[in-house]
Amino acid sequence: MTKNILKMSPAFADIIPAEYRELVDNGPYGRDVGVAELGTFKELLEEHPLCAGCGLALALRIFLASLPAPEDTIVVGSTGCSSLVFPQAAVQNIHSLFGNQNSVASGLKRALKLRFPDKDKDVIVVAGDGATADIGLDMVMHSWFRRENITTIMLDNEAYANTGGQESGMSQQGTVLYMAPKGKNFPKISMPELAREAGCVYVAVGTPAQPRKLEKMLKRAIILARHVGPTYVQIMTPCPTNYKFKNNETVNRLKGLEKDGVFKPREYITAEAQEALNRLEEVSK
Amino acid sequence: MQKVVSPEHLFFEAPREQVFITGSEAVREAVRRANVDMAISYPITPQSESMHLVGDIFKEGYIREYFRGENEFAVMSAVAGASMGGVRVFTATGGPGTLRAFELFSTWSGARLPIVCAFMTRGVNSPLTIQPDTIEMSYLLDTGMIMLHAENAQDLYDYLLKAFPIAEQTEVHIPVGVFADGFFVTHTRENVKVAPVDIKLPPYNAYSAPVPVMDMENVPFRQMRDPFVMKSNYVSYAAHASWQQEVMAAAERARPSISSYLGGLLEVENADADILIITSGTAVSIAREAVAQAKQEGLNVGLVKIKCIRPFPTEEIRALTKNAKAVIVPEFNRVGWLAKEIKSIIPDNDKVVGAPRVFGGMTMPTQSILAEIRRCQA
Ligand SMILES: Cc1ncc(C[n+]2csc(CCOP(=O)(O)OP(=O)(O)O)c2C)c(N)n1
Ligand SMILES: [Mg+2]
Repeated sequence: MTKNILKMSPAFADIIPAEYRELVDNGPYGRDVGVAELGTFKELLEEHPLCAGCGLALALRIFLASLPAPEDTIVVGSTGCSSLVFPQAAVQNIHSLFGNQNSVASGLKRALKLRFPDKDKDVIVVAGDGATADIGLDMVMHSWFRRENITTIMLDNEAYANTGGQESGMSQQGTVLYMAPKGKNFPKISMPELAREAGCVYVAVGTPAQPRKLEKMLKRAIILARHVGPTYVQIMTPCPTNYKFKNNETVNRLKGLEKDGVFKPREYITAEAQEALNRLEEVSK
Repeated sequence: MQKVVSPEHLFFEAPREQVFITGSEAVREAVRRANVDMAISYPITPQSESMHLVGDIFKEGYIREYFRGENEFAVMSAVAGASMGGVRVFTATGGPGTLRAFELFSTWSGARLPIVCAFMTRGVNSPLTIQPDTIEMSYLLDTGMIMLHAENAQDLYDYLLKAFPIAEQTEVHIPVGVFADGFFVTHTRENVKVAPVDIKLPPYNAYSAPVPVMDMENVPFRQMRDPFVMKSNYVSYAAHASWQQEVMAAAERARPSISSYLGGLLEVENADADILIITSGTAVSIAREAVAQAKQEGLNVGLVKIKCIRPFPTEEIRALTKNAKAVIVPEFNRVGWLAKEIKSIIPDNDKVVGAPRVFGGMTMPTQSILAEIRRCQA
């Protein structure tokens, strides 16, 4: 999208909603603003209905500020808490069904390659842990096997939050949740390692408690998906509502989980992707 | 190199060559002339061959993108994504494949996607069957998609090609399912008249969509203040309720184009007869033979071939059956969905005979229809 499309008819300027006017005058399209500039520009997300203290909300704010080209980004989501956010974000968003996000993204990315062969259109999947590691795992992995040029982002709150806090494959072993009344009896799925083996050229596990680091991971993942192959970012996003901790404790909890070794940030990159990254980061210097 | 021509030229004016081909090959010939951007496949008998052949024309350069997905749910999701991205897509499935993908069909309609999908109908498990049976059509009746039912390979070729301009009108813009009875149509050979290979439909115009194309080439807008699923929001409820009605209305708005391209939603022979046979798909061919044999016995029987199941030719059938003494509805499924449809729209529906019904893969003997005719005559 050229920034030209995003403008107002002067005759209607006074009745255009304020948030839209702000987006035109001071939005991030075509500008080099990121997490460091948060608070100085109009963000893509306008309000949201997530709970106070939601880890997802914080991660999504960082995600939207990290987009290297929001004016050419389409987000493919899945049913879950995050699907409540995207209808209110100023990037195009597809919510199709629960679990089919990577298939929808595969078709979309290929379609956009046909229609815009000379342009990078970033197709980014953003979905919950249940959507990614459970119900959609087959399609997530097959999009990686096929080497689709898409970025897959998991918002990992270690539960089915939107349906009231049931166990997911990403919950920690032993955790008592709905549908795991005696505690979950198998370990958290090693999605980052599965991603690495399945063909992702870049894999990162990050936390919104370290926004700048997370931004860097997201930017790398999105740019490498354009040029090299599928990428995966798993973001730890604790859920105060279902894990029943105070909603001002989210960031502390993230830090605590990391300190205790329960949550382990990590990065994998293939030699080919590293080479591409060196080249691209050299150019952008 | 193919030349773009108007749909009217491709369908009605261009000279037609007669070829002796199977139904699967008829799919290939339709898609070859349909200017399809992307096709996504997954094998299931009796559909597989048609998508092999579509793969062949991808290799020959008639289609720009083609791949095999990992299952039907994934394939129907991927064609949805591609369609939202603004390209013309095609896929095909049948029987268990249809059921595996089921959740997608209503979302195609709800998302206003003009996807054309061929359904090569087949029985569903259990026990395992690969044989012809139209029961999946019963399940699809209320998904919001337009449903055309081919009698033979000629219909399959014609309906598939015509499905694209029907689906893609802005005021319609919903999916079209083109149904053909597995094996009977897909695996048998017959004379089919096809347009020259060097002409094709005009390309799909992404911005004909009545909803935003997901390409970030139009202004992203905040869709709603509260997402539809948020609780206790009257506006959300009302939006969903009116949207469902709008999808139904879109199918209604397709009637004129279906009528003009297909020559009516139905076709009648001997409309004034006391006994009418009303059916669709390959059962029409068998019924036609039964009507001819009945004539030799001195019995006067009419035949109604329904081409379009959704939207349903309600008014046409009401008018046609008004004076009939008996209406026989032969079907290739256990549930008798077509007989139910007809019974639901005419007042004196005790004259509707939901028989013969053949399912599980058997052929329908002409005699079984003749027996019903004789019973009604008695
Ligand atoms: C086919 C289908 N099955 C089940 C559901 C119900 N459902 C909606 S959201 C959800 C949980 C989502 O969990 P997750 O992906 O982890 O996202 P979160 O809400 O935790 O962010 C479930 C089970 C559904 N919408 N569709
Ligand atoms: Mg979750």
